[in-house]
This record gives sequence, C-alpha cells and structure tokens, in this order.
Amino acid sequence: MSGNDFFALTPLLLLAGSSVLVMLLIAIKLSHRVIQLSSLLLFIVAFSSLFYIQKSLPYHIEPLLVIDGFSVFIMGLIIFSSLVVNILSYIYFEEKEESPKEYYVLLFLCTLGACVLAVSKHFVSLFLGLEILTVGLYALISYLRVRHHNIEAGIKYLVLAAFSSAFLLFGMALIYLETGSMEFSMIAHSLRSLPSLSPLFLTGLGMMLVGVGFKLAVVPFHMWTADVYEGAPAPVTAFIATASKGGVFAVLFRFFIMIDGFRFNVVMLILMCIAIASMIIGNLLAVQQKNVKRILAYSSIAHLGYLLVAFIPGSVMSIKALSFYLMAYFITTLTAFGIVTVLSNKETDAENIESYKALFWQHPILACIFSSALLSLAGIPLTVGFVGKFYILAAGLQSGFWITALILVISSVIGLYYYLRIITTMFAGQKSILPAEEKANPVFYMVSIIALSVLSLLIIWFGVYPSGVMGFIEYFKLK
Amino acid sequence: MILIYVIGILMGGGLLALLLGQWNRNLPRWIALCTVSVGFIAFVFFWINQYRTVNPHLTNTWIIDYRHDWIPSFGISFHLAIDGLSLLLLVLTFFLGVLAVLCSWNDVKERVGFYYFNLLWILAGISGVFMAMDLFLFYFFWEVMLIPMYFLIGIWGSENRVYAAYKFFIFTQASGLLMLLAIIGLYFIHGQNTGLYTFNYFELLGTVIPPHIAFWLMLGFMIAFVVKLPIVPFHTWLPDAHSEAPTAGSLILAGLLLKTGAYGILRFVLPLFPEAAHDLAPWAMLFGVIGIIYGAILAYSQTDLKRLVAYTSVSHMGFVILGIFAFNELALQGVVMQLVTHAISTGALFIMAGMLKERLHTRNINHMGGLWTQMPQMGAIGMLFAMASLGLPGLGNFIAEFLILLGAFKANVLLTIIATIGLVFSAIYSLRIVQKVFLGPSERSDHVSDFSFREIIVMASLTLSIVWLGLYPQPVINTVKPMINKLAHVFTPENKNVQNSYHTTPLSTHKYLVKK
Repeated sequence: MSGNDFFALTPLLLLAGSSVLVMLLIAIKLSHRVIQLSSLLLFIVAFSSLFYIQKSLPYHIEPLLVIDGFSVFIMGLIIFSSLVVNILSYIYFEEKEESPKEYYVLLFLCTLGACVLAVSKHFVSLFLGLEILTVGLYALISYLRVRHHNIEAGIKYLVLAAFSSAFLLFGMALIYLETGSMEFSMIAHSLRSLPSLSPLFLTGLGMMLVGVGFKLAVVPFHMWTADVYEGAPAPVTAFIATASKGGVFAVLFRFFIMIDGFRFNVVMLILMCIAIASMIIGNLLAVQQKNVKRILAYSSIAHLGYLLVAFIPGSVMSIKALSFYLMAYFITTLTAFGIVTVLSNKETDAENIESYKALFWQHPILACIFSSALLSLAGIPLTVGFVGKFYILAAGLQSGFWITALILVISSVIGLYYYLRIITTMFAGQKSILPAEEKANPVFYMVSIIALSVLSLLIIWFGVYPSGVMGFIEYFKLK
Repeated sequence: MILIYVIGILMGGGLLALLLGQWNRNLPRWIALCTVSVGFIAFVFFWINQYRTVNPHLTNTWIIDYRHDWIPSFGISFHLAIDGLSLLLLVLTFFLGVLAVLCSWNDVKERVGFYYFNLLWILAGISGVFMAMDLFLFYFFWEVMLIPMYFLIGIWGSENRVYAAYKFFIFTQASGLLMLLAIIGLYFIHGQNTGLYTFNYFELLGTVIPPHIAFWLMLGFMIAFVVKLPIVPFHTWLPDAHSEAPTAGSLILAGLLLKTGAYGILRFVLPLFPEAAHDLAPWAMLFGVIGIIYGAILAYSQTDLKRLVAYTSVSHMGFVILGIFAFNELALQGVVMQLVTHAISTGALFIMAGMLKERLHTRNINHMGGLWTQMPQMGAIGMLFAMASLGLPGLGNFIAEFLILLGAFKANVLLTIIATIGLVFSAIYSLRIVQKVFLGPSERSDHVSDFSFREIIVMASLTLSIVWLGLYPQPVINTVKPMINKLAHVFTPENKNVQNSYHTTPLSTHKYLVKK
C-alpha cells in the first residue's frame, strides 16, 4: 500500500484506530464521561477527515475498495449518525449500566463496518464489512444484559444474521462460480456479453438478495425487525435503523449499478415485489402496534420499501433521489429514536405509546421535535420527508414505474394513521404518566436536546429550502 | 409583493402568537385579530382600487404576478399570482378569518397560543392555495393547511374529535397524494414534450397529453378536489369534521376549505384538461345533482344542528359542481357567487350553532325550541340565514343558485330540473331549523342570554354581506368576469377556431384552447 492509499483510507483508519484508543482509555480506568467525550471528539475527527480526503477522489484501492463521491456521502451519513447516537448514549447508559464504557468501542467498530460496506466493490470487502458490522451489533443489541428483552433480541439477531450471512456467502460463491470473479466490475465484464442471466447466476443473485434483504429488513425478510428494535437499547436501535441499513443499501446499489442489473427483468420484478410488499406490509403491521419502538420498526420496513422504489429505475435521478431520501431518513429516524432515548428512564425505554400522553403540555420542545420527525416520516410538506418522497415519486414516474409509485402513495396514507396516532397521543390528556423526575445529568440532557433540536431544524430547513441540499448531493457522484 | 407579505404576516403572526401565548393568555387573540385585520384591510383596499381602475373586458386577467426560484433543479418556483377569482376568494378568506378569530374570542380557554397559531396557519395555507401558480407550490400549500386543521379539530373539538380529525386528515391526504402523482405525471409529460421541465402553471397550460393519459391525470386532480368539495361518494368526512370541530374550525371548513376544492377545479382541472373535463361533464353533473338531493334529504333527517348544517353544505356544493360542469358563463358566475354566499350563509349558521352550543350545551335540536322568546335577536338573524340557505330572493344565495340553474339548463335540461327539486328540499330543511330551534314550545325555563356585543358585530357583518350580495352582486361578478369569460370561452364550441380572442399575458398566450 502506498501513502496515497493510506491517505484515502484516513476515515476508516481513524475509526479503527479510535476503537483501539478508546479501549486503551478504558484500560486506564477513565470515567464514563471522559470516554464519552473523547469518543465524541474522535467521531468528529473522523467526520471531518471526510472533507480532508475530498481532493483525491475518486480513488481506487484495487481490488477491494473504491472511494468516490457517493461512498464519501454515505460514510458521512453513517459517521454522522454514529456521532448523534454517541451523544444520545451518555444519558441513556449512564443511569443504567455500571460499565457502559465498552459500548463506545463497539460503536466505533460497527461504524467502521458500515463504512467499509459503503466503499467496497468486491465481495470480500463486502463480507468483511458486513461481519464487522453485525458482530459488533450482536453485542450492542444485548448490551443491557439485565433486561429480559435485550438478550432475546440479541440472540434473535445473532441467529438470523448468521443465517443470512450464510445465504450471502453461498450466493457469492455461486456468482463466483459463474463469472470467475468477485470484483463487481469483473462480474459486470463477464455479464456484458450475456443477453439474459444464467440460472446459476440468478440463483446466486437471489441468495445474495435474501442475505441483503435480511440486513435491510425488507419483506419477506423482516421478521426479526420489530423484536430487535424493541429489545435493543434505544440508541442502538437508532444505529441499526440508520447506519447499518445505510451501509448495506449503499453496497447493494453500487453492486447493481456496476453490473447494470437494471436491465434484467426478472431481477427487477423480484425487487419490485419486495418493494411493494415492504411498503404495504410494513405500514399495515405498524397500524396495530402500541409500542413506539415497534411502530418505528415497521415504519422503517416501509421506508426501505420507499427507497427501493427509487432504486428500481436505476436512472441518474435514482441516485440523487436515493441519496436525498437516505439523508432525510437518517435525520428523521435519528430524531425519532433520539426522543425515545431522551424520554427513557432507568427501568424501561419510553416505548409504550401511553407514556407519550400529554407530552406536548409537559415538554413542548420534545413534543415539537418528535412531531416534526413523525410528520417527516409521514411525508408531510414543510419537512424533509416530503421532499424526499417527492423526489422518489419523481424518480419512479420519470421511468414510468406507475405501479410502485401508486403503491407508495396508498401505503403512505396507511402510514399516516399510526404517525398521527402518536401525535394525537402527545396532544391528548392533561397529565403525564411520566413522572417529572430530576434528570441525573442536566448538562448532557441539555446537550442531547440541543442536538435533537438541531436535527429537527434540519428536517424543517431541508423541507422548506431543499435546493441547497440537492445541489450538495449532486456533487457526490457514483464513481 | 403584497401576496408574499400576506402569507408572511399570517405565518409570522402564528409563530408570535404561539411564543407569546406562553406568557400571556390574552395576547395571542389580539395578535391574531391584528394579523387577519391587516390582511383583510389590505385586500379590501386592493380590491377597491382594482375595481376602479380595471376594465372588466380586459383580456389580461392577471392582476399581480410574483415569481422567485425555489428549487431550480426541478423547475419549481415560488410563483404567486392572482386574478379576479383569487382576489375575491382572498377577500373572503380574510373576512372569515376575522370572524373566526372573533367567534373564538372567549370560546378557547386552554392552549390559547397554539390555537391561534393553528388558525393563522390554516389561513396562510388557504391563501397560498388561492395564490399559487406553481403546481408544486400549490400542493405544498394544499397540505400546509391540513395539519393545523387536524390539530384544530383534534384538540379543541367536541367529544368525538379524534375520530373526526383522523377521518378528515386521511381522506384529504390520500386524495391529495393522488393529485401529487398526477402533478408529477403532468410535469414529466410536459417535460418530455417540450424539453422544459417545470411546474409553472402557465407553462403547463396547453400541454398536449394523449387523451387516455389526460383522463387519468385529470382524475388525479379531480379526486383531490371533489373530496374537498365534497361530492357525494366522498363526503363522509365532512359531517364528522364539521360537527366535531370548534366553531371557528367549522366556519373555516365550510367557508374556505370546501372552496379550495371548487377553486382547484376552476383553476386547474378545466384549463389543464379541457377535453377530458368535457368528457367527464355529464357524470360530474349527475354526481352534483345526486349530491344536491342526497345532502338535502340527509340534512332533513339530522337532529344534530351542526351535522344538519354540514349536510346542507353537501347539498349546496352539489350546485357548485353542477354549475362548473355546465361550462357556460352564467353557470360559472353562479358558481362563484355560490362560493361566496355559501361561505357567508353556512358560516353564519355554524357560528350560530356554536353560540347555541355554548349557551345550551347541546347540539341536539330536539332539546331546543322556543328560543325566539328568550333570544329575539338571534332568532331573527337565524331566520334570515335559514332563508338565505333556502334561496330566498333578495339574499345572495338566490342569485347564485338561480344563475347556476339558468346556466345548467342550457347544458342539461333533465338534470337541472331534478336539481331544482333540491331547492324545494332546501326550503324544507331550512324551515325545520327555524321551527325546531326558535319556534315551538320552549323546552327550558332557565335564562338564555341573547347576543353579546362581540356577537352582534360578527352577525351584523355577515348579515350585511349576504343582503349586499343579494341586492347588488355586480361587484363580485365583475371582478371574476375576465377569468370566467376566458374559461367559458374554452368550452364554447363556436369559438374553438378563434385563435387570439383572449390572452393570458404576461406569461402565455392562447393556451387554454382545446386542441382537436
């Protein structure tokens, strides 16, 4: 590896190094606060290094990695969401776990894994990134070991993730058998001569889709989602919903773009079915839920379906729409889970919808932030979610995919119902069930609220004035 | 610039009310009153000036045009413009806005700041709808008015408010999203035809669309507008929303929100898809007539005063759709009159229902009766507006419905005759209101107070307007005349080949023309 390689890999190296550094800090028995602050600082450094490496883009590290505008954008989203999760984690873990310090090591590792996914263009790096991510997540999900649901969620995720990894590996092996390469561009090269796909390749691709589908939690591979979202600690749930899915989605998109999978009708048909099923089933299942984390879990299934709607055309606009929607989804989901985190107390997470009763009259600021996030998830104008949905619809309709667009519209109407239900609950009633307790760490509590306020301002700002962001996104091209 | 200022004032006033409402419970209502009054006065002066200077026979119908880039990469601009129709509806918006603030003056006791915030933002959204000349912006405002309305019903409504709020929101949102699909579809068809991707209304006019696609796109628009209007199969949200909303909410729903539907059809459906609209006309008129009769029958069978008035709205809006799809000048003038007079008469009835509820704590008309002796003033005014609702000559609604029927008669004799029966029904249900509420044996012995000073102001202004519209409707008709002429022209068969008989300058010419 040359010096330039190291330079281009700075963000990844920084993340990897940070995990070691934090481990060392834990070893010399520093307090939770110091570790949290230093890891926050390290995240900021990693995030700013992304700006630093921009000059040398795009940069290929053969044969495994490619660092181009798109991957930098996705990495930026991932590191940013880890940063927010990191901020939220302090007050959440401080009052619960006696040794919350190793949590930060794992957070760094998971972020690293997700970032590796975003830059990989080879099956090996893909798998490597995925495993770094998921292995870290096993531990993160079951981090609060005294809680009953935690362990259950962790085991569930462990079994299913291992299972899906096996599928993924087998799929990769089949594709390797057929094309003789594991690098995306080489696969594309050997596919170029083929007018249609060979059964073996199709099987391999199908198995890969199963594996990736599990990680993305799209229907019909969504069974684990609600339980894991419910069981995992709220900040970790935020991480699963954003960073882990973003990374997987990015690599899937890169793979399809590079092999030009959009010209194979069978594959597209499968993806369309997955998208439609995810949108409808995700939204329908959420309607019945009474647990906010489960509602958000099912809503994330639906949102992945929306993302697939933009994904399917595979056009230039798709990339922009996807990037925009991913960003919108990241910001919004982080805000929503942030509120859940902030409202959680020592014993339980604020997951019962009843515990949000009269929140608007108790904590108007938190309620406004949460409302803005929910309205954005529902895609109401003045929020970034609306512009994102508009972008997706535009991308779909431009290429004539009326059916998916129509289903998106119908299912988001179903979606409205449960988002509105949470909002209605916040406005209902006079007295809160949540005791007005004294927060243990007022400073960090304030910091978390400020971070969430900034996020919700972003939701509204990008919703009212999206052209700035749109221009920004066009700057980050694939390749 | 006045257009932007108006929206800005409303939104700013709303935020101010929300913030200051934390400290002082009285400030928000004064802020709201000042805000809407300023807007009202501004538009009235503007109207008067305009009316003096502008010749109604002018071909350029656009009075103000303001445009600023918003999302250039999609061809979306912040484009506001008004013509006579918009101006008229804006004046109406602010007039009812002032009344809405006044009639919630003592009504709202809790969360005052947030209440006036919602009220002002609804008005901002509605004003935006009446001004937006960019389809994306139009959709934006179309949705902006929903959320605060949802809160208004959901928080300050009566017992069954949550259900009503859901129903209102989901109906309108679902139909609105279909309209969004149609808008995007139109955007791409226009873009692919001309290479110019834009949401600008003036550019999109005259887009050549293959007929079968045009039909579906038009349905996308229509569904949003007929749900709002509403016409019969899509009306079920209306009685719930109207009856559960607080008084000001009902007033705005009946007076303004329903009008956005009619406005949308006049502004977008007819000019953008003239041929498809022409094909739809018999069905639309049929549904209009069904609405007239069905609404009237259901109105008669209600015992809840607010629900009763809500169903009369369904009936009256049937006239609107009947008139619009008659496609001639008389009917369209009648439609505009109907929009204004219905807003005033039904608004007045809702306000009165609110006042009765406040005094008697019931909306059930079987528990009322004989109230004239205790409240002679309200009785007289109630009588007047019931008469207005049944279309008594001398009051505004008569002019409106008469013009509509006259115009519709030219288009479809049979349906018009059936629609006329609706007038008889309206007499029956209107008289029933008076009979049940104000006449008959008195149900209660306790004292019920008559109008307060504030209520007298509210009702007097409504009374004056409805009488004025009934006796001298010419200003209203003149104001919208250029717009109506142009619209009617599109659908006049003998004028089809006349190219330059009208203009939509400054931005485009001969774009309304039906291309055969």
